[in-house]
Amino acid sequence: MATQLNSSTLNRRWRWFTNHLATVLAVASTILVVAPLIAIFIDLVVKGTSSLNLNFFTKIPAPVGEQGGGMANAIVGSAVLLGLASLLGIPIGIAAGIYLSEYGRGSKLSNVVRFTADVLNGVPSIVMGVAVYALVVVPAKGYSAFAGGVALGIMMIPTVARTTEEMLLMVPHSIREAALGLGVPNWRSMISITLKTAMPGVITGCMLAFARVAGETAPLIFTAFGNQFWSTALNQPVAALPLQIYVYALSPYDEWHRLAWAGSLVLIVLIVVSVALVRFVTTRGVLKGAS
Amino acid sequence: MGVGIEVNNLNAWYGTNHTLQDITLHIPANEATALIGPSGCGKSTFVRCLNRMHETNPIAKVTGEVKVGGQDIYSETSAVEVRRRIGMVFQRPNPFPTMSIYDNVASGLRLNGFRNRRVLDEVVERSLKNAALWDEVKDDLKKKSGASLSGGQQQRLCIARALAVDPEVLLMDEPASALDPVSTAKIEDLIFQLKVQYTIVIVTHNMQQAARVAERTGFFLNGKLIEFDSTHKIFTNPTDKRTEDYITGRFG
Repeated sequence: MATQLNSSTLNRRWRWFTNHLATVLAVASTILVVAPLIAIFIDLVVKGTSSLNLNFFTKIPAPVGEQGGGMANAIVGSAVLLGLASLLGIPIGIAAGIYLSEYGRGSKLSNVVRFTADVLNGVPSIVMGVAVYALVVVPAKGYSAFAGGVALGIMMIPTVARTTEEMLLMVPHSIREAALGLGVPNWRSMISITLKTAMPGVITGCMLAFARVAGETAPLIFTAFGNQFWSTALNQPVAALPLQIYVYALSPYDEWHRLAWAGSLVLIVLIVVSVALVRFVTTRGVLKGAS
Repeated sequence: MGVGIEVNNLNAWYGTNHTLQDITLHIPANEATALIGPSGCGKSTFVRCLNRMHETNPIAKVTGEVKVGGQDIYSETSAVEVRRRIGMVFQRPNPFPTMSIYDNVASGLRLNGFRNRRVLDEVVERSLKNAALWDEVKDDLKKKSGASLSGGQQQRLCIARALAVDPEVLLMDEPASALDPVSTAKIEDLIFQLKVQYTIVIVTHNMQQAARVAERTGFFLNGKLIEFDSTHKIFTNPTDKRTEDYITGRFG
């Protein structure tokens, strides 16, 4: 009797110990994951805010040797580039995702498309820049905002396509049957029921792709090229925040270094705000109890 | 009003699996017809052939003749058209999770391009009343998601959704098998009321349920229709030995 009791208390202590060990490990890993992110953000805030003022958002870069200046043209340029990229990448990506999950399931073509998307996802962004340089910039005989948008847009396609596919596959079969059973044509059920049910996940995929290309510098070097002046013309070189940060950070001037820090902070905040905004707008209509 | 269904020499396959073999039966209008039989006997496949849902599976195949109200649904019309005339309620409640209660009921009409608000309001109210759900949900029609209702309510919501497109036939594939006894009783009461307007075909595992709600009962076994007769006859004096064995619980 005594030994039995003994072994059960021992068991309990051992369980207590392993339980708490697991908790500690989990918490430690969480901190390890979040810490670099927070460290980067704090660093940006500390070094960036001092150079942030109204001029940063309203002025174009000052010539070398002059004080002041801002990145207004780069902020607008980035918006133009990302707008173009989204217009190109999101529709094509979603359409490809729909094909993969709804129409081409198990077909040879869909396997090719899926494989291509995965490879495209792994292509270094500088290679994408060179490819678009050859395909768009050379025939058009000049760098342009359009070429930059194409480069970023192509980079968005695989992420959007694959997440759309995954999200559509998660929509239960019973929901599709419910729509078909009501005498709804296949295409209509696809768009109004299946895609709509998967929409929150699809939007997450689009936002992931958007945030990823928003910070890309390499593909823009060969395409949008960058611009020290105001320009929103699609057939002209255009400034972009990552490009401007790249140029300023590599320069020998302290003033430009500070502006590069400020630019980095603005870039991060703009990405976070736009992602949060899209989330807010697209989830506002969600009903109570909807899963 | 409901219409009768005439099935002649219906055969169905899933891949190489011959799931329905030479089914011939006549389902009269404005009655409830129950289909019973052990799992995998083909009764679900049979009702799915009646509104051409069977063919949504790429490996499925079907031959034979199904006439609904005199029209051959396989040769004289389209699958989409057939499904508008023949509503279906599935085994598990499947409301559209992103839609409100109102939108769920209106979905059949809306997705077919119908937009008149006033008519939609009327149809939604009438359908929910016919499905005996109106009193429970009328206060938060547009606020609550269909998925937030209880299982029994969800199933009645699905019935309302099917009724809203004004079908002539209502197919029910084990509509109460995922529900508790109280919800089951409500669905059965509902079947009694709906018979007046619609022809009902109900697949059920529950023999008491078949005996309670249906005028006629068909017994399926291994893809064949063994016996089809008035419910009273099937349960008191079946002709076939296998039917008797099944309803007395000797197998299945």
